[in-house]
Amino acid sequence: MTAYIIRRLLQAIPVFLGATFLIFSMVFLLPGDPILALFGDKTPTDAQYAALQAKFHLDQPFFTRYLIYLGDLFRGDLGTTFRGQSVNDILVAKFPTTLRLALLAIIIQLVFGVVVGLIAGLRKNSVFDYASMLLSLVLISMPVFVLAFIAQYFLALELGLFRATVGRGAPWADLMLPAIVLAALNFAYVVRLTRGSVIETRQQDFVRMAYGKGLPTSRVIPVHVLRNSMIPVTTNLAADFGILIVGATVTEGVFNVPGIGNELFKAINQHDGPEIVSIVTVLVVIYVMVNLVIDLLYGVLDPRIRYVR
Amino acid sequence: MKRNRIALAGTALLAAGVMALAGCSAGGDAGNKGDETGASTGIVTVQSNEPQNPLLPAVTNEVGGGLVLQNIFAGLVYYEADGKLANDLAESIESDDNQNWTIKIKKDQEFSDGTPVTAESFVKAWQYAASDPGFENQWWFANFAGYNDGGDDPDNPAVVEDSLSLEVVDDTTFTVELAAPQSDFPTSLGYQVFAPLPESFFEDPETFGQNPIGNGPYKLEKWEHDAVISLVPNDKYDGPRKAQNGGVDLVTYGTADAAYADLLSDNLDVINPGVPPSALATYKDDLGDRAVDQPAAIWEGLTIPARLAHFGNDEEGNLRRQAISYAIDRDEITDVIFEGTRTPAVDYTSPVIAGWNDKIKGSEVTHADAAKAKELWAQADAISPWSGTFTIAYNADGGHQPWVDAVSNQIKNTLGIDAAGQSFPDLATLRAEIKNRTLNAATRSGWQFDYPGAYNILGALFITGAGSNDGDYSNPKYDELVQQGATAPTVEEGNKLFEQAQEVLFQDLPVLPLWYRSTNAGYSTAVDNVEYGWDSWPIIYKITKAE
Repeated sequence: MTAYIIRRLLQAIPVFLGATFLIFSMVFLLPGDPILALFGDKTPTDAQYAALQAKFHLDQPFFTRYLIYLGDLFRGDLGTTFRGQSVNDILVAKFPTTLRLALLAIIIQLVFGVVVGLIAGLRKNSVFDYASMLLSLVLISMPVFVLAFIAQYFLALELGLFRATVGRGAPWADLMLPAIVLAALNFAYVVRLTRGSVIETRQQDFVRMAYGKGLPTSRVIPVHVLRNSMIPVTTNLAADFGILIVGATVTEGVFNVPGIGNELFKAINQHDGPEIVSIVTVLVVIYVMVNLVIDLLYGVLDPRIRYVR
Repeated sequence: MKRNRIALAGTALLAAGVMALAGCSAGGDAGNKGDETGASTGIVTVQSNEPQNPLLPAVTNEVGGGLVLQNIFAGLVYYEADGKLANDLAESIESDDNQNWTIKIKKDQEFSDGTPVTAESFVKAWQYAASDPGFENQWWFANFAGYNDGGDDPDNPAVVEDSLSLEVVDDTTFTVELAAPQSDFPTSLGYQVFAPLPESFFEDPETFGQNPIGNGPYKLEKWEHDAVISLVPNDKYDGPRKAQNGGVDLVTYGTADAAYADLLSDNLDVINPGVPPSALATYKDDLGDRAVDQPAAIWEGLTIPARLAHFGNDEEGNLRRQAISYAIDRDEITDVIFEGTRTPAVDYTSPVIAGWNDKIKGSEVTHADAAKAKELWAQADAISPWSGTFTIAYNADGGHQPWVDAVSNQIKNTLGIDAAGQSFPDLATLRAEIKNRTLNAATRSGWQFDYPGAYNILGALFITGAGSNDGDYSNPKYDELVQQGATAPTVEEGNKLFEQAQEVLFQDLPVLPLWYRSTNAGYSTAVDNVEYGWDSWPIIYKITKAE
């Protein structure tokens, strides 16, 4: 087990280097001049231009710049945005909000997805089963920004059930609407997975055994059926959690959630190279870690799955 | 449509369930929320951007930081909503020759930390801002005697302390010597770079940049990065811009759409800079008499560099420029493409700039006339036949494609030549091409005024060798007229000369005026007395919000 974890962590190093290099080269080899863009339609004086170039190391060759960047990174310094803010500070300030939003979305998915999926699985081919399938299909086929704008317009602006955007300090109540939108996207998968898994588990020998022992349905379903159906659902949810915490860019943008996704969205709009590279690098690291945890979770949920060597 | 309805039903169902579930936790937060949106405390919320760091008059040149500085500092003068100049801290700004200025400031003024505002506070702040060419706003001092241009080596600009000829006479008086006479010098002093700075700034500029101490109608209370900047009234300020509200929260939004959604639900009081493009068609219905639509100090034109084939500085080039100008129907484009958010331009300044005149000699070229366009084009063809395509370069990320296509089509249909847009991925790419003069196409030119004076644009865009003279226009007669205008004894006389200079531009047409932008904005039901200034910024101190 320990050896496996160490091997996985070592594997993460080339992934990390490759990802930073790719992102760095893509952002910095873009045509155009970010310094000129800072001035819009006006032209900076030569002295101004030179001073700003030096400030952002833009006068250095590409590889020197990459090495400077990596050096800073290993010292724990993620650099400075064009606006002069430390990326470390930005991450510290933004990450908790994104994490809370992701948690909320996961809880909504888990509660509603599993309940709907369980009922659909227990009452296979009933009206409820078909209705849940229809809803799932609709949600799967709808792009996130459509869903986000519809939810914002009808639930917040027309009906006034929620605030249209997330207010100061991102209170939990304000995060509800974006969380619902995010949850709706993966909700369908959770429903389908739970349903299929429940149907399969019900036909297992140990379920018949439980009934045979004389246990009531109220015990067999939650303890024997549901618990054993949760393995695929949990891995799906964990993977989705990984996606959510690296930022739901579009949704955070629509609802002005002060999180990582929104920050990245702004940075891309403003062509803020240093900020884009640093945030994405951190997100890559997080994503690699979350995937490792998911793989380890398999073993915890199902003792038959083991990692050797 | 059907699909959406079903989805809606699903979402609503889901939402209703979640609402019920989340009932308890949501209840806990609702209590705080009432205080924060502040309907009862009279704190106005205004959409803004996260300012550049640090927040210093010498370097801040973008709107997010500019709006904060405008409200936490009081300079010598300020601008009324219509661009009219008024004294803030200045008692008088006088000169006999427009070159040597004597500035008197009001007595007994204080910074919010209680230290006095003296002539020295201004002089030291200006010397600091002018010392380093690396400062974004250093160029404002270019016409001061002793200006430090960074030396001969542009890669290694020199920093020179105390370079300007400024002299402190007594606590409330100082003198300024300019390199050349400038009649609109007082007009330019409303920009934040001319704000005074307290002693604490010079001790530690870095800390100051995070927590600036000013002398304006507000003081900075709290700066939550990328979220909100809270300003509270500064009771030490005793000038004409007294705060009429309990404070201001400048709230950062990632998208204009999110801000607009908040405005409609009264979670945000004032949008800035304006309504998102998606709402331009509907905002007047949405907001009623709370919608704002007024001209802005932003001028846009079409630069045709003289180095393009057939557009040289000769009779042929001149005829072709006129023909193209007559071929563009500005009324149609501002109506149809911009839905009234632009006004056809008839000069080289803006309607909000003093001295604006819609009847400058030669300005008839800005009114579409297909017959005349054809005639002039034929005359040019007689000198040298046309070949090739007329291209207009633009950046694809700025929403320019619709009007470029429309202008190209108008030219194509009227003159019977090939005309097309040439797209560049973003502004950074296009500006690099323009700066290196590698572009063989006409380009969009824009100018957002730094201060409400005609010299600001006429001096920066068309003078021989000027920084933003993208078309390398050069006409000694024009240069002389602008110079005379800048040094005229009064602003009015100066504006007459500027008008004559514009007549030269209309003869040569290095750049065709296209249109002026408008300020399209609005405010919530909770606030009153909302005005947007000549610079399109909301005038914050005037806004009132009921307790």
